[in-house]
Amino acid sequence: MEKRFMTGNEAIAEAAVQAGCRYFFGYPITPQSELPEYLARRLPEVGGCFLQAESEIAAIYMVFGAAGAGARVLTSSSSPGISLKQEGISYIAGAWLPCVIVNIMRGGPGLGGIQPSQSDYFQATKGGGHGDYRLVVLAPSTVQEAVNLTMEAFDLADKYRTPVMILGDGYLGQMMEPVEFKKRKQQSLPPKDWTLTGAKGRPRRIIKTLYLQPEILEQRNLTLNRRYQEIIKDEIRAETYLTEDAEVIIAAFGTVARIAKSAIRILREKGIKAGLVRPITLFPFPYQTFAQISDKIKKILVVEMNLGQMVEDVKLGVCGKAEVFFYGRTGGMVPSYDEIVVEVEKIVKEP
Amino acid sequence: MEKVFGRPKSLLAVRTHYCPGCGHGIIHRLLAEVMDELGIRERTVGVAPVGCSVLIYNYIDCDMYEAAHGRAPAIATGCKRVHPELTVFTYQGDGDLAAIGTAEVVHAAARGEQITTIFVNNAVYGMTGGQMAPTTLVGQKTTTSPFGRSAKHSGYPIRMSELLATLEGAAYIARVSVHTPKHILQAKKAIKKAFETQIKGLGFSLVEVLSQCPTIWGLSSKESLDWVEKKMMPYYPLGEFKVPKEEKV
Repeated sequence: MEKRFMTGNEAIAEAAVQAGCRYFFGYPITPQSELPEYLARRLPEVGGCFLQAESEIAAIYMVFGAAGAGARVLTSSSSPGISLKQEGISYIAGAWLPCVIVNIMRGGPGLGGIQPSQSDYFQATKGGGHGDYRLVVLAPSTVQEAVNLTMEAFDLADKYRTPVMILGDGYLGQMMEPVEFKKRKQQSLPPKDWTLTGAKGRPRRIIKTLYLQPEILEQRNLTLNRRYQEIIKDEIRAETYLTEDAEVIIAAFGTVARIAKSAIRILREKGIKAGLVRPITLFPFPYQTFAQISDKIKKILVVEMNLGQMVEDVKLGVCGKAEVFFYGRTGGMVPSYDEIVVEVEKIVKEP
Repeated sequence: MEKVFGRPKSLLAVRTHYCPGCGHGIIHRLLAEVMDELGIRERTVGVAPVGCSVLIYNYIDCDMYEAAHGRAPAIATGCKRVHPELTVFTYQGDGDLAAIGTAEVVHAAARGEQITTIFVNNAVYGMTGGQMAPTTLVGQKTTTSPFGRSAKHSGYPIRMSELLATLEGAAYIARVSVHTPKHILQAKKAIKKAFETQIKGLGFSLVEVLSQCPTIWGLSSKESLDWVEKKMMPYYPLGEFKVPKEEKV
């Protein structure tokens, strides 16, 4: 199969097109602007529509409108822009609409910087907007994986009628790698019998989130929660790397997991048997993987490009059965493999 | 015997939650009559606002979204871009459209988005209990302007129709009122024209409807009709501010 050399941003955009996405609404922000730029050229070729909105807020509601009209639809942004979208994401989740949202994270808080970061982990996995809802959050660590997960994201969104987030960082967005676009197997998805297309020959349909009677709203939220439980049961993905004989585990997601792999190779040359657990789905989180691994391995180092967010979920998974250490860089600084090696050596030496 | 007057087919036979004397009931009916007359009920999608008319989807018999506060034009845009063959309208109040949703409506108009907006201006936030709106008149008392709106403190009410009419993408912009039978008939004509503008693909269309809110204004129904004429109309003149180019002689 033909390989193409592309940035993560462009590859995600092309993957969306190949997954049948024909609509994109967004607003420019560094470091993800190549994604909308690519689609501004590409979508007209396939009869789709790219529209630059006046704000992130408008963009996410255009997504709401297009999703409600039955289309596969994408938006993308970077951290400050994703904050602006949170209101609409809550409405999309509450209205049970499918869509895919890409966050190519940069340093925060506030305007922060434009260098890569993972500091939106909490926002992505613990709610973000108001109300009782979750996002499915997928965290690719290579451009190829970003392509595969983007294609899968549209199926997951349609399957569970939920927004799905691709959570990458500035490195993933800007980095060029060879990728191939394999056609995804046709999934059996539920019929979209709720879309607004004009009430011709059928009763009218309403897409809404206002339920003034608490009994009814509770039922809506319980239905949503049952869907999340199904997602937790069936959709958890994690990669384990050299964990079989490991004495110490590094836990990392996205770009940091790649750096951790380099660190692990160096550590093994030095005689320290290190392994990696890399959550691919951040929601649903692979708690069970950590529960199992901490039965035999008693030291886990969590490395993130933030000051300690995923580490809280790792601790929940480990549940006191192993010591959990943390190393993070923030503000757009990226931990080097040397730094990770030093940290692992430190914790291995501890009694 | 021939039936000469009845409930429009697009208006559901249910009781509304509106206060006695409120203008929304009249405006809903006009909307439904226009949908019937144009025969578009089955290919129309509406977008409800946040505000008193949030429950419009319980009264108009067509597919509808419920938007977040002010975001209706963005949702309508998403729908219309996917289904250009549909007629898409938003129904919004003055707090929704002229404050929190100013950006969305201005840019929908600027893009010449092929949608129609019914903009109901009653100079207050009704549903939240009568706070000052962007359209509240100078001197008008509300719960958040208890001494009367002060221009020095809160600035001036926005004339949205005049503002939007400056945009190239806006094809039809009119301000009407529903405080007398004559004005109601004129309002219907404008709403029909706005929908026709969309159906012909001429651009964005909006009808601003001055509407009475006796409950929040603290007036009787009759007094509130007079208030529209004497207080609102001098500041918000009625008329067509923009008509489609093809109609210009």
